[in-house]
Amino acid sequence: MNEKIRRAIGDHGRLGVDVATLADDADLYQAGMTSHASVNVMLALEDAFDIEFPDRMLTRTVFESVASIRAALTELQPSLAA
Amino acid sequence: MPLRIGFDLESPARVGDSLAAHGERYLRRVYTGAELADCRRAGVVDPRRLAARFAAKEAAFKAIGVGAAAASWQDVEVLRGPSANTRLVLRGDAATLAQAAGVRELSLSLSCAGGFAAAIVIASVSG
Repeated sequence: MNEKIRRAIGDHGRLGVDVATLADDADLYQAGMTSHASVNVMLALEDAFDIEFPDRMLTRTVFESVASIRAALTELQPSLAA
Repeated sequence: MPLRIGFDLESPARVGDSLAAHGERYLRRVYTGAELADCRRAGVVDPRRLAARFAAKEAAFKAIGVGAAAASWQDVEVLRGPSANTRLVLRGDAATLAQAAGVRELSLSLSCAGGFAAAIVIASVSG
């Protein structure tokens, strides 16, 4: 799961650093991800996991780290946690 | 009355990339129906106008002082008035956060030139 999250971030997050060097709780915005890039990450995650984020999750805080994204995905699809 | 300023730049080229990659899904998740109507010309959506509206949303969050707080992009809407002036409308969590921050009024200015769209939002804050 983390690998697919990191791939979406690496492909769409436009970070200033390699996502592989970041801890799960590292702040992606501090690492260079713009708000607009976070939208692209969100859409790429929907494609990768075949889910749709509800409007209440379309916020900056949900996409601020690998860990926060994983928590949101697990909430949407508990089977992903297995 | 104290003032707070929010400013943001957005690249129409990056918006165009998002449109190419994600199409209508990108539009539907970020912009309101009224915003999309404002951004279409002859049925084609203009990335420069979208970029200006995205910059306005981000600038509004900055002016409210909740840059990393919980509110969706569609909670901040850019509407065009009859004389082509633009204004902001807050809904949902964005309206709640603005009220909690003491925001009484928001003023918006948009511009697009040199490969960037820019937005400045000035918030009048009570207290």
